[in-house]
Amino acid sequence: MDNIAGSKSSLGWVVNICVVLLVALWVFPTFGLLVSSFRTADQIVGSGWWASMFPSEQTERYRASDPDENRIQRGDMFVVEGNFFEENNASGDIQSWGTSSRAVDAYQAGDVADLGDGETFSIDAEGNYVWSGNDEQISGRGQRAFVTAVSPPEFTTENYVNIMTSGNDTDNMAKAFFNTLTVTIPATIIPIVVAAFAAYALAWMDFPGRAILIACVVGLLVVPLQLALIPLLKLHVGVGIGKGYLGVWLAHTGFGLPLAIYLLRNYMVGLPRDIIENAKVDGATDFQIFTKIILPLSFPALASFAIFQFLWTWNDLLVAKVFLIDSTGQTTVMTDQIVNLLGTRGGNWEILATAAFVSIAVPLAVFFAMQKYLVRGLLAGSVK
Amino acid sequence: MNPALLGLVTILAGVGGCLLYFWGSNQFLDKVIFPATGPQAGRNINRANMVRPWLFLFPAIFALGLYLAYPVFETLRLSFTDRDQGGAFVGLANYNQMVAEPKFWEALRNNLLWLIVVPAASTAFGLLAAQLTDRIKWGSIAKSLIFMPMAISFVGAGVIFKLIYEARPADQSQIGVLNAVWLNFDGGIGSFLFLQAVPALMLLAFGAIVAYVGWIFIRPIAESRQNGGGAGFVPLRLFVGGAALYLVYLSLTSLVGVFTFDYPYGEPQTWLTIPFWNSFLLMVVLIWIQTGFAMVILSAALRGIPEETVEAAIVDGANPFQIFFKIKVPQIMGTIVVVWTTITITVLKVFDIVFAMTNGQWETQVLANYMFDKLFRANDWGVGSAAAIVIMIMVSPILVWNVYNARKEMK
Repeated sequence: MDNIAGSKSSLGWVVNICVVLLVALWVFPTFGLLVSSFRTADQIVGSGWWASMFPSEQTERYRASDPDENRIQRGDMFVVEGNFFEENNASGDIQSWGTSSRAVDAYQAGDVADLGDGETFSIDAEGNYVWSGNDEQISGRGQRAFVTAVSPPEFTTENYVNIMTSGNDTDNMAKAFFNTLTVTIPATIIPIVVAAFAAYALAWMDFPGRAILIACVVGLLVVPLQLALIPLLKLHVGVGIGKGYLGVWLAHTGFGLPLAIYLLRNYMVGLPRDIIENAKVDGATDFQIFTKIILPLSFPALASFAIFQFLWTWNDLLVAKVFLIDSTGQTTVMTDQIVNLLGTRGGNWEILATAAFVSIAVPLAVFFAMQKYLVRGLLAGSVK
Repeated sequence: MNPALLGLVTILAGVGGCLLYFWGSNQFLDKVIFPATGPQAGRNINRANMVRPWLFLFPAIFALGLYLAYPVFETLRLSFTDRDQGGAFVGLANYNQMVAEPKFWEALRNNLLWLIVVPAASTAFGLLAAQLTDRIKWGSIAKSLIFMPMAISFVGAGVIFKLIYEARPADQSQIGVLNAVWLNFDGGIGSFLFLQAVPALMLLAFGAIVAYVGWIFIRPIAESRQNGGGAGFVPLRLFVGGAALYLVYLSLTSLVGVFTFDYPYGEPQTWLTIPFWNSFLLMVVLIWIQTGFAMVILSAALRGIPEETVEAAIVDGANPFQIFFKIKVPQIMGTIVVVWTTITITVLKVFDIVFAMTNGQWETQVLANYMFDKLFRANDWGVGSAAAIVIMIMVSPILVWNVYNARKEMK
């Protein structure tokens, strides 16, 4: 309504805040998974993923290295020097420290603690410590220190490397990734060809029974594919296809056809009649009209359906479980692999999050790249 | 053969085969059966043109018939047979067995809950998002972010939300957002506001909306009594009115429950194992996915509203809420219904979410998962088919309505 003169909405900032909240709410879950997939197992169980976005403050107990082996004599004093972070494989920026568990933040970084009788201890921000005293003081066990350090957010791509190269069959997503790809591409391309011809006939050819056929397609749009599972599985086993890629391609083709025909027909009907009639007058056959005129002009509709079918087959679990995945487990797809991981690796979020994100990444990329066509398809596909 | 190679061969064979079929059969028709030459050229062309549509349609009709139409009837037949008896006809035995199982009623009850909540919530959020994003500069970015979950698989969404619902023992730090938030409530004023006052308001609002919808349906009957005229669809109106009354009663009793319930503050909850409420947590996943769909379609519809109607309302002094509810919503009612029914169909088929997140345990069973259980775990094809037929029966009103509308539009 902003374009209407004199009605500049006073609710502008409220609307903006509402949308920010709404968007945050919708992005937040996915973002959590994405962040988790870049954290190590210890980090994930150690703190919520939202904490990993900020520098974390942690208090650790360290011990200076063994004085009897490492002490150096300087004048009449003995000194032990070292770096806590290097010795303990840690990192961070030390804020405060202490020598007793009762006062862990007694000193700031760089302060020198007087431990009595000339014995001193100091730690700087980088973790370098200096412990000095006389022969008796610098002996026995190393001096304890409680160090509160701030470490910057830390992320790793290790999970992705692990999951794509793991030798463990149940964890490895690489094979499932290629299986999914193998299912998806033919299952996206074949229905387009079949549907395009049928849609042309339903849109531009005149024959008795056309209206009924269109009504049938609209009806089949909503038939739950659950009904098709047993009869088709029996059929596939009966004709010797069994469970395998061929079966799942055929099934996806069959299930995708109603939407494909419906979308393409709706689009083709809207093409200008003149072009087609001119071509007919010029002596083009229906086959020529279809391949030379209709098909190139229908590209947006073809792209819309291709995205739908791609997302649907990539994300599908049920059809793959019924028609593809056999007991050997060699043909498992990613969705099925993730469900299995949920069962066997329910608590290993670094594996689960990474596996899920590997499977989500491709559809998301397609979504953002081709969103225009997806929206167009949605608008054409919902029965008005 | 390597599956990737097999895939490539299949693409080539499938696409090539299709093209070859279409080209070859057209050639065959034009050159051999009805050649457009010789004494009967004209008649032959006409005949060829009568046959040609069926050449174009044949592969599609064949596939549709085999993969969608035939299974409907075959499943219906299977639901009357028993696999253990070699497929003998057993009448309604499978249905009797199914109706006797508490799991079936649990699934049916949950499915009805899903049917009420998910389409309503998705459409409402979608409408809200569409209306709000249409009015701001960065609206298209906001839209595409809310739309994004559409691309995520149900299984992936299941994992995403399992992380949110994750529970860890009380002495460890919580990694699930829901529990982390939950542990901040301690029974103080904040807890009262968010856990009792807000839900109570929502329940009241829900009750009021339902009561209003019920009244819209009942009012014509009451008026027709006074005027002596007739109101159409009386049984439907009474049914909706009765259902509304029941829902109002439910929301009022829940209202009491909200204030009397003893919240277990300070204890991390394993959310997905709390019966009844866990179903709602699963529904959140589907609402999260479907809102984007509703938003995209409704936003297109909102843009299609003629400016004049809105301008006239502003001139007459309507406030933004009146403009939205009294001018805009009535004009896009048709689209709202379409969105609602489309999501309803998705809900009826929902399988992956429940399968991945709870597998129907802790009273979250739904029909589609119940059916899968029967088919592939219990290997009971009879009862599984019967459950599939129940899903089909629930879908069929929408099917009929869609076909009716499509035919009306074509005329």
